[in-house]
Amino acid sequence: MRIPCPSCGERGHEEFAYLGDASLVRPDPTAPDAEARFADYVYLRDNPAGALRELWYHAAGCHAWLVVTRDTRTHEISGVEPAKAAALRRQEAG
Amino acid sequence: MTDRYSFLSILKEAFSGQKGWEPVWREPAPKRDYEVVIVGGGGHGLATAHYLAKEHGITDVAVVEKGYLGSGNVGRNTTIVRSNYLLDGNIPFYELSMKLWEGLEQDLNYNAMVSQRGVLNLFHSDAQRDAYARRGNAMRLNGVDAELLDQAAVKKMLPFLDYDNARFPIQGGLIQRRGGTVRHDAVAWGYARAADRRGVDLIQNCEVTGITVEGGRAIGVETTRGFIGAKKVALAAAGNSSRVAAMAGLRLPIESHVLQAFVSEGIKPFIDGVVTFGAGHFYISQSDKGGLVFGGDIDGYNSYAQRGNLPTIEDVCEGGMALMPRIGRVRLLRHWGGLMDMSMDGSPIIDRTPVDGLYLNAGWCYGGFKATPASGFCFAHLIARDEPHPDAAALRLDRFARGTLIDEKGVGAQPNLH
Repeated sequence: MRIPCPSCGERGHEEFAYLGDASLVRPDPTAPDAEARFADYVYLRDNPAGALRELWYHAAGCHAWLVVTRDTRTHEISGVEPAKAAALRRQEAG
Repeated sequence: MTDRYSFLSILKEAFSGQKGWEPVWREPAPKRDYEVVIVGGGGHGLATAHYLAKEHGITDVAVVEKGYLGSGNVGRNTTIVRSNYLLDGNIPFYELSMKLWEGLEQDLNYNAMVSQRGVLNLFHSDAQRDAYARRGNAMRLNGVDAELLDQAAVKKMLPFLDYDNARFPIQGGLIQRRGGTVRHDAVAWGYARAADRRGVDLIQNCEVTGITVEGGRAIGVETTRGFIGAKKVALAAAGNSSRVAAMAGLRLPIESHVLQAFVSEGIKPFIDGVVTFGAGHFYISQSDKGGLVFGGDIDGYNSYAQRGNLPTIEDVCEGGMALMPRIGRVRLLRHWGGLMDMSMDGSPIIDRTPVDGLYLNAGWCYGGFKATPASGFCFAHLIARDEPHPDAAALRLDRFARGTLIDEKGVGAQPNLH
């Protein structure tokens, strides 16, 4: 499996460290149901068989965090973007 | 007709042209409804069916399997059985499993090649020795056998290991002599045959496509062979647990990952037990055919592909070379991958779910094979009596939200633990 890093080009996945599902967002700790939401955030996963947006860190390369869209059944990668861009977009969307 | 395997039956069949053997199990069409439908015809599902029939007298049971019986992880593991756990929630459960292994072949009337050849975990530093001594003490306090060996004792058993490795010198090991290996396919076949004999329907090539829930209660499953009604639906779908549970609207504390295993060409007798490398992640034994059977870490990313990637193969083989350099010229014969239901604390789940009549057996990480008998035994108990078996009482689904994790590794919520 090779990951096309936006700054370094296509590299073997052994250069990257994996964090998992990129859709998880840390809940608001002051919300009244914060405890239940944190339990969901820390432990529960969609774990889809198919397209998954996931976080990879280019540890042996440019040290960028990436959001990679990969099919978990075939390892086919359909999109890569810097995690920063994804986070800014999420922030703008509120 | 000959339906019991024994020395006499082999002799009888030898003199009558081998014509009396029956098929090992029937191939029934699914009935309209059952008391219990088990989703998943792997080791755990088949064991559950066997113990439901044998221990609880519930024989109106179907096991539905999307492929063929035992096509998943029960035939993809490295066949190791052991009960060398540290934590209270785990030790009694895995020891129950070990005791069931010891009586398995008589119980099933099936040769599963249970071989208690010993499992040796090596340690490579003073700190690791202390941790293993603690683990051994915890085991012995729970009535499990464990023995701490010094370097001289290990050297006597395995003279060819790299004891003077500059980074990871071998100082000794913790051995569980009752641990060992079991022929994994035979476990699936033996449980299938025993369950079938008691009237359980084993339905192959029947994929579950939906779980029907009415008024908060599971009433059956939609399958590729039509609707099958059930008073109780029991999930034992291993790496596909999240997908099946999602059909009933549940999200699980599980990620699916791929684990690879390897076997070498057959060589002369060389390693007589199971040996694990304590400084990396590598475990090895030798099959009765002579192949070295070994494995290591999961690939480390979510996967539903039953195949892995090359960097992990390199990593596993490096572990092997650090431990026993003499395997360097042995050629790899085959390698394969299986889907692991990696739970967030490294321990399994055997519990009811928020949906009435829906039971869950999942989260085995990559330790599911050794647990097969106890998993089936305790899951059957839960399904039949609606209360957890005492030895599996800690393996609850809500332990994550309650903060009562069974975290053998002690590193917090991660889906990459054992």
